[in-house]
Amino acid sequence: MSNATLEVKPSEQQTPTPEPGAPDNWRRFFSFSTDHKVIGIQYIVTAFIFFLFGGLLAMLMRGELITPEADLVDRTVYNGLFTMHGTIMLFMWTFPMLNGLANYLVPLMIGARDMAFPRLNAAAFWLVPVFGVILTASFFVPGGPSQSGWWAYPPVSLQNPTGNLINGQALWLLAVALSGVSSIMGAVNIVTTIIRMRAPGMGWFKMPAFCWTVFSAQMIQLIGLPALTAGAVMLLLDLTVGTSFFDPAKGGDPVLYQHFFWFYSHPAVYVIILPIFGVFSEVFPVYSRKPLFGYRVVTISSVLITILSLIVWVHHMFASGTPGWMRMLFMFTTMAISIPTGIKVFAWVATVWGGKLRLTSAMLFALGGLTTFLFAGITGIMLSSAPFDIHVNNTYFVVGHFHYVINGAVVMGFYAAIYHWFPKMTGRMYYEGLGKLHFALTFIGINLIFLPMHPLGLMGMPRRVASYDPEFAFWNVIASLGGFLLGVSTLPFILNMLSSWTQGDKAGDNPWRAIGLEWLVSSPPPHENFEEIPIVVSPPYGYGSDEPLVSNNPGGILEEEPEKTPIANLAGKANS
Amino acid sequence: MSTTSVDPNLNTKAASLEGHGEDHEEDHRLFGFIVFLLSESVIFFSFFTGYIVFKTSAGDWLPAGFEGLEVREPLINTAVLVSSSFVIYFAERFLHKDNLWGFRIFWLLTMAMGSFFLYGQAVEWMGLPFGFTSGVFGGMFYLLTGFHGLHVFTGVLLQGIMLGRSFIPNNYEEGEFGVEATSWFWHFVDVIWILLFILIYVWQ
Repeated sequence: MSNATLEVKPSEQQTPTPEPGAPDNWRRFFSFSTDHKVIGIQYIVTAFIFFLFGGLLAMLMRGELITPEADLVDRTVYNGLFTMHGTIMLFMWTFPMLNGLANYLVPLMIGARDMAFPRLNAAAFWLVPVFGVILTASFFVPGGPSQSGWWAYPPVSLQNPTGNLINGQALWLLAVALSGVSSIMGAVNIVTTIIRMRAPGMGWFKMPAFCWTVFSAQMIQLIGLPALTAGAVMLLLDLTVGTSFFDPAKGGDPVLYQHFFWFYSHPAVYVIILPIFGVFSEVFPVYSRKPLFGYRVVTISSVLITILSLIVWVHHMFASGTPGWMRMLFMFTTMAISIPTGIKVFAWVATVWGGKLRLTSAMLFALGGLTTFLFAGITGIMLSSAPFDIHVNNTYFVVGHFHYVINGAVVMGFYAAIYHWFPKMTGRMYYEGLGKLHFALTFIGINLIFLPMHPLGLMGMPRRVASYDPEFAFWNVIASLGGFLLGVSTLPFILNMLSSWTQGDKAGDNPWRAIGLEWLVSSPPPHENFEEIPIVVSPPYGYGSDEPLVSNNPGGILEEEPEKTPIANLAGKANS
Repeated sequence: MSTTSVDPNLNTKAASLEGHGEDHEEDHRLFGFIVFLLSESVIFFSFFTGYIVFKTSAGDWLPAGFEGLEVREPLINTAVLVSSSFVIYFAERFLHKDNLWGFRIFWLLTMAMGSFFLYGQAVEWMGLPFGFTSGVFGGMFYLLTGFHGLHVFTGVLLQGIMLGRSFIPNNYEEGEFGVEATSWFWHFVDVIWILLFILIYVWQ
């Protein structure tokens, strides 16, 4: 922060169209803009609003669970709460949020002026509020929202007690289908962009690890999501026109739906976690002043995770009458996927090891996310074992495990990304003190709410119940308090973001002295990103070496200084 | 990468600001469309998988009193649809050689063959003694043929638009993406039908 340039360059003052991200330019975020940077921030802000909504539902649930009796809300309301909490957090928060990060960062990181299909990009974003409204509207239809959990397993999801054609479950299916359309549009766009629009000289192994993980994640979307669409279409037909694909009373097969659902929805957790792995791979080198350890192996393990993730889905169905050979096979593949994941964890630890650490908010969140991910990985290996999985099936152990991944690693990784790229996105610095307070509250809150779920699960407390035996009360009270703390923890973040965006100190082009194409342009980056398309000559993460990243001056930043060549300047600036 | 190679000495900012939008998409559209088609094919493969699972595991597969599907008429339909893939290929070749009327005639022939297929499909549906609520087989049959038919209909619609646009002067100055994508889509629909035909009609 100390070396941030405070004066505004004359070129910035004369820009005819204000830069996206500049605080005086908020109206652009409410327009059908095709600029990937505007769309990226639109995605992130919209998703974060739904994150708060989903979190509010979770706090209502924790309020219900603070006492053993079902007293705060009705049992059917509770069913609706956990269904909508899961659905909103996955389809309205994580996917759009990660699409936002990918949208903002990928073109900048690969040296492109925009995404391959800017208008398709905008259309994919504007579907998000549409299906968000549809999903939210299901609270107001007779019978309330869907109550069948975010899996929507038949026959429960086929019950339709009110008999209306427009019911909570139908609206749920419609929203999920639209989310799928939006995700496929986004995936086609991002995959095309990464394959076809990398800057000259940027071979696959000169691409930042974040882009590799986004590419791997979007490949999963392209391969897996259509399977969920197929299952959802068949479920919708069962629910509305009376076909009998999944209705056991009419000769259908409900387990087939589970296969369709998990063939996508298990890989979907890698769609979620892979870009966060990418964030870790970007953040650790910057704040450790060391190159990413084993860069090539880390990138290849992303691709390995993509491939393996497509053949592990039956581990969600060990208790669904799955034959023994299938259990064995999927137990093996599930354990195998921990190898490329473990490689990454090892590489991050080795990157941080012996580095010159700067514990900024971004670094703290990345370290916190890594810690919680490691914990979730260990319980994940426990769960991959079929006998253990059947023992804790549908208990709070499973809930604790995946919340350590999704709230622990993914949400903390998201915060790390926001703090790290906030100066680039807005041109302003955030308040470090508030960021650290935010980290402390989040980290304590996450462990306080989700750690007790593990002993609860081992004791046998089932998930998705509004009331429970008093013997579970102790851990539930702790978890509920942690849940409320987690709710409170978003306040310093929101305060920090809003005040810093409008009143923060001016950030320089590269406040973290990071190496990467996005740090060679001004903050916030201009329309079309680059003065000149960069010509990449070095692999990423060249910390501690004097090799320049590019052979030209893509940002046009230091051209006014005649005494030095721009390249020497940039290299010196990044490595000093 | 060579696909986005830009002469660094050029004043690229001015050049690219003019060309923003349309030109940006031009290079990558067909690539993106093929990526989309590959993804779309997974929906069909999922339905196929569902069909195979139901057929090999369901107790009473065919609706009561129904012996099996007639193959002769659908076979004629199949022959027409598969040959239309060659016809559209010739139409595209005419366009590449700037023979507009050759293109239009063969293109129209493709549309006619696609429409004939849809008509034959409708006739077959009318003559069947079961509906989509007649058990799992009924549901799967109408789902597969219906979803594929929807794609054929979309293909014919796209072809109609492309035929109309061929009368716009200088329509092909910015490349032939629309025609190429429609042609790709048509081949895709064709290949899916061959798999579908084998699955539903041949394997009874």
